[in-house]
Amino acid sequence: MEKFTKLKSIAADLQISNIDTDMIIPKQFLKTIKRTGLGSALFYEMRYDEKGNVIKNFILNNTPFNKAKILISGKNFGCGSSREHAPWALLDFGIRCIIAESFADIFYNNCFKNGILPIILPENQVKELSEAARKNKEIEIDLIDQKIHKGDNRPFDFEIESFRKECLLNGYDDIALTLKKDAKIESFEQRKKNLTPWLY
Amino acid sequence: MAKTLYDKIWESHLVDEQNDGTSLLYIDRHLVHEVTSPQAFEGLRLSNRKVKLPGSTLAVVDHNVPTTDRSKGIADKESAIQVETLSKNCKDFGIEFFGLTDKRQGIVHVIGPEQGFTQPGMTIVCGDSHTSTHGAFGALAFGIGTSEVEHVLATQTLIQSRAKNFKISVDGKLPLGVTAKDVILSIIGNIGTAGGTGYVIEYCGEVFRNFSMEERMTVCNMSIEAGARAGLVTPDQKTFDYIKGRPLAPKGENWEKALNYWSNLYTDKDAKFDRELYLQGKDIEPTVTWGTSPQDIASINGKVPDPNLEKNEDRKKSILRSLDYMGLEPNTAIQDIKIDKVFIGSCTNGRIEDLREVAKIVKGKKVNKSVDAIVVPGSGLVKLQAEKEGLDKIFKDSGFDWREPGCSMCLGMNPDQLKPKERCASTSNRNFEGRQGRGGRTHLVSPVMAAAAAIEGKFVDIRKII
Ligand code: SF4
Repeated sequence: MEKFTKLKSIAADLQISNIDTDMIIPKQFLKTIKRTGLGSALFYEMRYDEKGNVIKNFILNNTPFNKAKILISGKNFGCGSSREHAPWALLDFGIRCIIAESFADIFYNNCFKNGILPIILPENQVKELSEAARKNKEIEIDLIDQKIHKGDNRPFDFEIESFRKECLLNGYDDIALTLKKDAKIESFEQRKKNLTPWLY
Repeated sequence: MAKTLYDKIWESHLVDEQNDGTSLLYIDRHLVHEVTSPQAFEGLRLSNRKVKLPGSTLAVVDHNVPTTDRSKGIADKESAIQVETLSKNCKDFGIEFFGLTDKRQGIVHVIGPEQGFTQPGMTIVCGDSHTSTHGAFGALAFGIGTSEVEHVLATQTLIQSRAKNFKISVDGKLPLGVTAKDVILSIIGNIGTAGGTGYVIEYCGEVFRNFSMEERMTVCNMSIEAGARAGLVTPDQKTFDYIKGRPLAPKGENWEKALNYWSNLYTDKDAKFDRELYLQGKDIEPTVTWGTSPQDIASINGKVPDPNLEKNEDRKKSILRSLDYMGLEPNTAIQDIKIDKVFIGSCTNGRIEDLREVAKIVKGKKVNKSVDAIVVPGSGLVKLQAEKEGLDKIFKDSGFDWREPGCSMCLGMNPDQLKPKERCASTSNRNFEGRQGRGGRTHLVSPVMAAAAAIEGKFVDIRKII
């Protein structure tokens, strides 16, 4: 997983609430057995019409926003299915950070596994950032200090669990970290085998 | 200290807890399907890792499979590759696999309970958000992403943080014709699709106690549509009776031990919930969704909303967008909405009990000339049982297509899809834009409401029919 420390980019503003995973990546792209190459499928039905032509007024189809690394959206971003194809598609498109008022649980979790930083901010701050985004202003995310700089002297603070932060900053592989606790897992399992033997 | 059922299951699976609350949770059972697993197995291979407990894992193909004749395999190349990949991965890693022609094949959340794989007090995960279904048995069950699938395969654990407790109680009795589907749609309409975010919901009250296991599954299934991580129902005699004798259920001496353990799985009397919601069964009506989010509900006697009456700007915008997509005018009576398709099936409502209810409504009647209707059983065993009871004949005589088991039109990864602007009464769980096919318009309803709509060609009040 690629490390995440600081990120400076213009941001694409997609002010729709309840963006679901079917919108982020429709089902026909879930037939892949790979993680890569899904960027072209991101927001497919919003980006292309039924004949496959580019829909001009969709933000991610327009320069400079087609190069945005930050996405700003409404409430409950990523609701719906558990498909990790959603963060894979965002990542492949180039998005490394999503700022919204709230996220759906599974999607939020999936982001961290792929080096994407989802940031939750209150409504007024999201609005302010979305205005800055629409003016093509660059936004800088500093994960180390947990600050968002937007070109004035009033950076926003954001929260993140310390373990998730560590993993992003260092690009850790979760599984390798867990395997270090192998002895704990083994002894837990032994106890479980005595307590609930029918499960083994 | 008094504890909730969720607290008890959580604590009995806690391997490790860090200062910031990040926890390592032990996972008892893992269900795997073809769409969200290939990259996980690939990851294991790349890092030379094995599956820790192959015997705790069960795999099946469901999302991609055709529901028509399967004797010649799968026509769609990519789908075929995904299905073959799962078969090969299971062979290589020693995991039990129900393939396309296995009579036990079916939707992952139907076969788990059916095989006795799902049991109370367990932690169960699957790379699929509707894993919440298994909470009907008093198991902590939730959906995970592919990276987490790989994590569970390799370590039999997951990195998690503790959820909050949400009690939803529905008391009293439901009116005739009002089903488990109407209950969960009403709950989602009440709290919204993000209302359960960060919570595990425990469903309490007389209505849930009186529900069959199938009905409990329908409710728990859609917990994710309320944003919750999982849903739970306290296991009781009905739960134990359902499990007893199933192929993977504990046997002999183990059955007694299990029963003893399961009987202690309940929320203590004085346990505190972080949030509570109380509803009355008598207030719940047959429910139809009009929009593109499961929270967009209306009573069968209600109307499509008028965006001009909405004061919240954000909400107004989303109503306008939904109505445009759904091709509906504000204030249209729900009973005036005509439909083109009916889909009976999915992990929400594709079980034998659902099919029996549908059969009762359509027996001796004909599907409306303007409607295409299909019944897709949730599993091969549901299909066999239905055929044994002659339900297939009732469906076919009425003009329904009787299909092979799978996810089918719930998400349309296989050829079962809506065409643009086609309107469907569906017993599935999501009405998102494009969910059942690009431009397709989905109305979520109960099986009996879908059945009645198939006959009438439009939505009708089921209470006037039964
Ligand atoms: S039936 Fe639908 S919701 Fe259930 S597992 Fe299949 S695709 Fe998912």
